[in-house]
Amino acid sequence: MTQERPIRVLIAKPGLDGHDRGAKVVARALRDGGMEVIYTGIRQTPQMIAEAALQEDVQVVGLSILSGAHLELFPRVVEELKARGVDDVLLFAGGIIPQEDIPAVNKIGFTGVFGPGTDTNDIIAFVREHAPVRA
Amino acid sequence: MSKSTQEWLESTWGKAISRFPQRRPKFESSSGVDVDPLYGPEALAEWNYHEKLGYPGEFPFTRGVQPTMYRGRLWTMRQYAGFADAEESNRRYKFLLEQGQTGLSVAFDLPTQIGYDSDSPEAEGEVGKVGVAISSLEDMETLTNGIPMEKITTSMTINSTGPILLALYVAAAKKQGADLSKIGGTIQNDILKEYIARGTYIYPPRPSLRLITDTFAWCKDNLPEWNTISISGYHMREAGCTAAQELAFTFADAIEYVDAALKAGLQFDEFGGRLAFFWACHSNFLEEVAKFRASRRIWAQIAKERYASKDPRAQMVRFHTQTGGATLTAQQPLNNLVRTTLQAMSAVLGGTQSLHTNSYDEALALPTEESVELALRTQQIIAFESGVADTIDPLAGSYYIEALTDRVEAEAWAYLKRIEDIGGALVGIEQGFQQREIQESAYRLQKMTETKDRIVVGVNDFVTDSMVEPDLMRVDPTLGKRRAQQLAALRKRRDNTAVERILARIRAAAHTDENTMPLFIEAVEAYATVGEICSVLREEWGEYQEVMTI
Repeated sequence: MTQERPIRVLIAKPGLDGHDRGAKVVARALRDGGMEVIYTGIRQTPQMIAEAALQEDVQVVGLSILSGAHLELFPRVVEELKARGVDDVLLFAGGIIPQEDIPAVNKIGFTGVFGPGTDTNDIIAFVREHAPVRA
Repeated sequence: MSKSTQEWLESTWGKAISRFPQRRPKFESSSGVDVDPLYGPEALAEWNYHEKLGYPGEFPFTRGVQPTMYRGRLWTMRQYAGFADAEESNRRYKFLLEQGQTGLSVAFDLPTQIGYDSDSPEAEGEVGKVGVAISSLEDMETLTNGIPMEKITTSMTINSTGPILLALYVAAAKKQGADLSKIGGTIQNDILKEYIARGTYIYPPRPSLRLITDTFAWCKDNLPEWNTISISGYHMREAGCTAAQELAFTFADAIEYVDAALKAGLQFDEFGGRLAFFWACHSNFLEEVAKFRASRRIWAQIAKERYASKDPRAQMVRFHTQTGGATLTAQQPLNNLVRTTLQAMSAVLGGTQSLHTNSYDEALALPTEESVELALRTQQIIAFESGVADTIDPLAGSYYIEALTDRVEAEAWAYLKRIEDIGGALVGIEQGFQQREIQESAYRLQKMTETKDRIVVGVNDFVTDSMVEPDLMRVDPTLGKRRAQQLAALRKRRDNTAVERILARIRAAAHTDENTMPLFIEAVEAYATVGEICSVLREEWGEYQEVMTI
């Protein structure tokens, strides 16, 4: 009999933005939803986030940003992940990301974008449905 | 025939409620305390007017800090603004002043707040985004160009780099030929709440506290009209805490600052009058009014009993208020105009000294000129049309308001006691106490919203499908590059030997008790940059590491 391994998620705050309320609420909700969650804390560089994703062997990376630097920082996180051979993780994002930026964010791989007012159950369902399966 | 509230509850109310049940099983405050259906004279049975309220301008200042309050002068209408570079922000300030704003409030970008110049690698993507980028005296001169610094007071939301930005402001004022004894304004300078909630710290707590007491000591003798600190509950509230926690965590921080200053040899009444406070105003209209009133009573008592203050000015909570950013919704953004109006009204009924009203589009991006104008008009309508500013503390004596003021106060004292028992605000931070309490409250609010125990119009009820996004303000993406070129030119032009010399003196002073303020002024006058000064101190003092609480 095999027991299903819990989904491992990294929640990270790229850049200099210190607004961590959303990131912490989501981290806690995912944990309450049965996942293993690693929260990086604030002020993470793209390298630090990619390194943590690699070391912690996560299937999912969620980024939270409210400073408006998402279009600069998100692509760099993706690059750093690829540089480390981490290319099979589910990416999602939260924070203040204007509607008109969502297509660009989707295009670099962030299939889920969860803005203010999101029900955390929707994030849990999204992660459960899309997280890559690990042996 | 006279009847007590209890008798009424058992008879008339009881009969009605058995036929028509309440629309919710219970009603509660932001901290989960039950709200009764009715408050009557019994709620104030032990209550003594003179002890609890007194008169405006007199201890314990419950009714207001000034004797005349808004009959004399209205609160300062001070919209927090700043974006892109100094030139663009200067233009926005002049626009706001032309629209009748009465004081400035500068928002700095994150690199400036964390001590990185615009051309530093850490600043990439963040330059000019959440505020204006200021790296040198050249920038500060542009920012204040054409603004009479002797007449307009300026509040600067700046903390770990607060003393350096103050040095820049002073240097720019001197260049304008201003008399420093007339320069008024505020630096936030409140590092403890950065460790708890806002996140723009650089150094560990001890050297950070020393920088703060240096500003207290220097301003007392050189900049007498300056508020040396704005001890802030705002960001902790935004991060999720309750009204009572907001007061308690803030006053616990205040006690830590005062103790540090006393240890540095200052007398409480010498600097106590220059301490300012900063509260949030969220949506529970009456609880917020009560919170503001309770805040004055608590600090007055701390000043008098703990610090043996004799100077009434040092016992007053003079505060700025900002409406609740976290209460704004991205959904149906125009609803935010109504939320902000109500919150601003509570702040005025609570006796605020200055006020920032959020713009309706701020859950989406930085506000546009149009949305900022509407936010300012909101204050003007309250001030000039609503009549609430015509008499002092108009809600005083309401059974509910007074009972609520007492209750918020009691809850805050209980939290203060807990923090005291831990060993004070700083030890609490090191143990993650305040951080954890805030997280708990934030999570509880989130869950209540998800179960609809709390309704947020347009978000979990009365939802519409159409998501219309208003026009958003965008910062020019090439700004970072332009700023880097400007800084490179500056570094070429200035006298670099003079810069090196003063930076070396700052490095040495990091390990003595020489006041850093004169050194910072000398450094910025030589056109040393914020980033250069901070990297010297980073090298000497190290950097703070976040306490993980989740």
